Amino acid sequence: MILDVERLEVRYGRLPAVRDISINVAAGEIVCVVGPNGAGKSTTMLAIAGELTPSRGRLLFEGGPLAGRSSEDTARLGISLVPEGRRIFGTLTVEENLRVASYIRRDRDAAAKDLESLLDRFPILKERFRSPAGRLSGGEQQILAIARGMLTRPKLMLVDEPSLGLAPKNVDLVYELLRSLREAGMTLLIVEQNLDRVMDVADRVYVMRDGRVQLSGTVVALKGSAELEAAYFGFDRGAA
Amino acid sequence: MITLLQNFIDAVSLGSLYALTALGVGLLFGVLRLINFAHANFITIGAYAIIVPSTNAIATLYIGAWHWAVMSTAVVVIVVALAVVTEFIVFRPLRRADPPTLLVASFALAYALQYITLLIYDGRPKAVDIGSNLAEQVMVGELRIPKLEILTIAVTLALIVSLALFLKRTRYGIQIRAAAEDFRMARLLGVRANTVIAVAFALSGVLAAAVSLLFLARTGMLAPRMGLPLVLIAFVATVIGGMGSLVGAAVGGFVVGFASVVLQVVLPVEIRQFRDAFVYLLVIAILLWRPAGLIQVRAITERV
Ligand SMILES: Nc1ncnc2c1ncn2[C@@H]1O[C@H](COP(=O)(O)OP(=O)(O)OP(=O)(O)O)[C@@H](O)[C@H]1O
Ligand SMILES: [Mg+2]
Repeated sequence: MILDVERLEVRYGRLPAVRDISINVAAGEIVCVVGPNGAGKSTTMLAIAGELTPSRGRLLFEGGPLAGRSSEDTARLGISLVPEGRRIFGTLTVEENLRVASYIRRDRDAAAKDLESLLDRFPILKERFRSPAGRLSGGEQQILAIARGMLTRPKLMLVDEPSLGLAPKNVDLVYELLRSLREAGMTLLIVEQNLDRVMDVADRVYVMRDGRVQLSGTVVALKGSAELEAAYFGFDRGAA
Repeated sequence: MITLLQNFIDAVSLGSLYALTALGVGLLFGVLRLINFAHANFITIGAYAIIVPSTNAIATLYIGAWHWAVMSTAVVVIVVALAVVTEFIVFRPLRRADPPTLLVASFALAYALQYITLLIYDGRPKAVDIGSNLAEQVMVGELRIPKLEILTIAVTLALIVSLALFLKRTRYGIQIRAAAEDFRMARLLGVRANTVIAVAFALSGVLAAAVSLLFLARTGMLAPRMGLPLVLIAFVATVIGGMGSLVGAAVGGFVVGFASVVLQVVLPVEIRQFRDAFVYLLVIAILLWRPAGLIQVRAITERV
């Protein structure tokens, strides 16, 4: 396993947002986390990336503990978070956004090559290379955010709701990119609300609710199952 | 016409000092959301550096007696070291503190540094003679321009251009700008918070050192609180320029410089001594007109 999350608990002040989460991801997998608003998905991602400190549980990356590592360090270890809301640097140019990410790399030549191939792949980034990233459309910003995350050359990418607020056409584009990342050997942990998308792209799924894992399994086993629907929407849905 | 031009040059040179100070303050505000009162002490200590180690009532120059290039370099090194050391001792341990705590810390630091200066040098101003040849005037047609004003404007331009290039072109510059916008995101991409902050402090030290020397050459007087009025005006400049924008800070500095000179000229003699009160009135007017400052930036977000 490249990532092991064991019985994680994360609090904001005294309020637990993640109560008891165990997730694991094997190298080369695409694992999706689904769940309603407030389930604790983003919190889990932030804790893995080192921005939030867990109050309980263990985080292992490639078998080594992540406890006490800052986000600066986890980035160096090979974890890259593309956070909810994209958080591109709007006043920086597209180029500068990408540069910020490549500074942690020692292999300058390879980084330059990666940048080249990204720009070839996404002509829009090339076209707008020198203009402020804040002027890109939402979809373009999402592409930039993922491209930026990739340029740190992570072993594991955490992507939080990449399709949020995007037009369907752009969602296709984003998922095409994510799939191609897997083909290139990347491991992905993706938070996604859209179940159809998840079934389309993931190897395995975790359903989260109220800070706990309700259900997990392979896509093959869960596809179209009533169990999945129940876990996702909660058991109270049938009653309502 | 000649007097008008003369006044214009005065205004640009005074505005230059304010702009440099405002940039030093604005840089740290941008990165850390820190309002650094101790910037005044950076300026003061940079000026006193030229008489170290003498503590006599009548100042004798030591560093100040060196060749100007060596002296300037020495003062820059001293102030940068001071800025970086204060970041290390005072602000680094407070990395997770909220802005009000940082504000109080910078107050405390400013007082501590001021009293250290007072302890060593007592409160009496000391006349010092640096760059007295800068008082000479250059004649351009009928226009008389003091060399010091030309130097002030030239140094300011050079520093502003260098700072802009640094922020735009270098690795640390780009990291500073990214961190100023979203520090946590920058860290998620592996940007080292401590490095970026130390570099920002060092840059503000360079700017403070330049102000130390230019201001000292202008007044010819060392005083333990000499940096304070400059920094107060710089705060005003950053506010009217728009908090969080470096362009705004520089523009604000020049605006205040112009306002001061204009008021100096147009106010009747009897109330001229209250000039600064009118400057602040003007500031209030500007803020009523544009509450977010002249240069509007995105909403200021949380740091680190
Ligand atoms: N900064 C914060 N401070 C306090 N509470 C927070 C903070 N961020 C999130 N929470 C709370 O923690 C819980 C989990 O939030 P989280 O953002 O992890 O959910 P999520 O599953 O990502 O939801 P969404 O689908 O809406 O993005 C929620 O109840 C939320 O209100
Ligand atoms: Mg979320």
